[in-house]
Amino acid sequence: MSAAPQKAKPGGQQIPVVVSAVVPLNDLVTRFEFQRRDGGLFPPFSGGAHTVVEMKDGDLTRLNPYSLMSDPADSSTYAISVRREDDGRGGSLFMHRNVTQGDEMMISYPVNLFSLDLRAKKHMFFAGGIGITPFMAMIAQLEQSNGNWELHYACRTESLGTYVDVLSYKYPNKVHVYYDDQKQAIPLEDLLDGQPLGTNAYVCGPKGMIDWVHATAQAAGWPDAQVHSEEFLKPEPGKEFEVRLCKSDKTITVGENESLLEAIERAGVEAPFLCRGGACGQCETDVVKADGEFVHRDHWLDDEQHASGEKIMPCVSRFLGTLELDR
Amino acid sequence: MSKFQFPESIKSRPVYGTLEPRPGKAHLFVADAEGAEAIIEVAARDAGLMAKAHIIYIPKGADFADKLHALNPAQFYEGPTYAASVQRLRHVLENAHQGLQVYLTGTEGLMGQAQNEAMQAGIPHTAIQTEHRGSVARRMQCVHCKGITEDVMTDPFVCSHCGLNLFVRDHYSRRLAAYQGVCIDAEDPGNVPEPVELYK
Repeated sequence: MSAAPQKAKPGGQQIPVVVSAVVPLNDLVTRFEFQRRDGGLFPPFSGGAHTVVEMKDGDLTRLNPYSLMSDPADSSTYAISVRREDDGRGGSLFMHRNVTQGDEMMISYPVNLFSLDLRAKKHMFFAGGIGITPFMAMIAQLEQSNGNWELHYACRTESLGTYVDVLSYKYPNKVHVYYDDQKQAIPLEDLLDGQPLGTNAYVCGPKGMIDWVHATAQAAGWPDAQVHSEEFLKPEPGKEFEVRLCKSDKTITVGENESLLEAIERAGVEAPFLCRGGACGQCETDVVKADGEFVHRDHWLDDEQHASGEKIMPCVSRFLGTLELDR
Repeated sequence: MSKFQFPESIKSRPVYGTLEPRPGKAHLFVADAEGAEAIIEVAARDAGLMAKAHIIYIPKGADFADKLHALNPAQFYEGPTYAASVQRLRHVLENAHQGLQVYLTGTEGLMGQAQNEAMQAGIPHTAIQTEHRGSVARRMQCVHCKGITEDVMTDPFVCSHCGLNLFVRDHYSRRLAAYQGVCIDAEDPGNVPEPVELYK
């Protein structure tokens, strides 16, 4: 078996794992740890990488991406931390309610769409809530090489401050925590001012926070290429619509609560994917005919491509009307 | 006329733009010769720009220093050559912070070398503005002896280090801030075409 992800299979090669630990961290967040079923070591990953976890939820196969938050130097275990989304599509609820220690699952090889720029003179991390997870791995990686970093972490309350205890204990001078309910806020403008040339900023959190960091840094004259962000979109529910898959000669109906990509997979058609969150570009699909209106939601295609109506990212985008795809 | 529109070429060849004022905490201008005109033009577009500006200018025989001085930049330095000015450039970059905007204008050799210094200081090349003005002379590296010949105006030309006859390519190295010159008569020594002035 080759160690490299197989290009031919959508989503890349999977690794059979067993859930080695389930650790509740607070009211909303639980850590899940995995080990390989064959007892071997996991492939190495770099800070910021994610894995796509396959969940067998009755007849439904859920595939959700989660940032790997364990130490990249430890190849015996992969860990993810999952925030329970009570109003979500059900993936995180399934993890919280149905997954227990000893369960067998499949997870994908790691993919990194949010890596450290190792040319940086200094790394500034801005985390909002569960957005802390990729930084856990990045921090562990940088500590190996005595890297220059600092973390600014906004949490709702002290009790929901996931990993605040560990981080503040290990790195008291590098970790700065701000609690919303105590009216504390990241003093972003001041923090960005006076940083050494070649500093890189990274942000992971709610969309509003990501946009705020990008806009503030740009106004302060920071190069766009030195402000990195990651936001996994979830497919939003929407009106049912019909799609004709030309190559496969099939017509499918995309339900209200499933994504176009999920509907394609449900019909037994293999479609490429990696992140399932509108970021990686792997599932880009050519449109043959479109009668109606696109609901583009991805971060991959640019405005011009969105307007052209020639491409769609089926993992997060939808359509109002009837659509014909080259798939 | 100090502007020259380079014809389209291979991807390796640098493409220069037009300087525009950008938001920043400080503004560093490095220019030679007619590059001064580009600074005067961009200064006219933003009245606040010069108050936070440092201009490093190498006249190369041109007569713009007084006009640049009249823009009243926060700091102004006139250097006899690029080599004499590079220490100041490095000092400025070493002490600079995020939010510094870099504007390079003038000849390709000047812009390429200053861009290299800025990149080494931690600024991505995509964030460095450039505008070509003045001579179309090139800074060439001989791929055989690795020597650099400045201000090459003809193709082919003679390497100032090893004496080979070199063909001027559009193949460019950001790291070396130079175009590549390749021996033109390797297979038939002495069979060298008549040199032609670049872009004539």
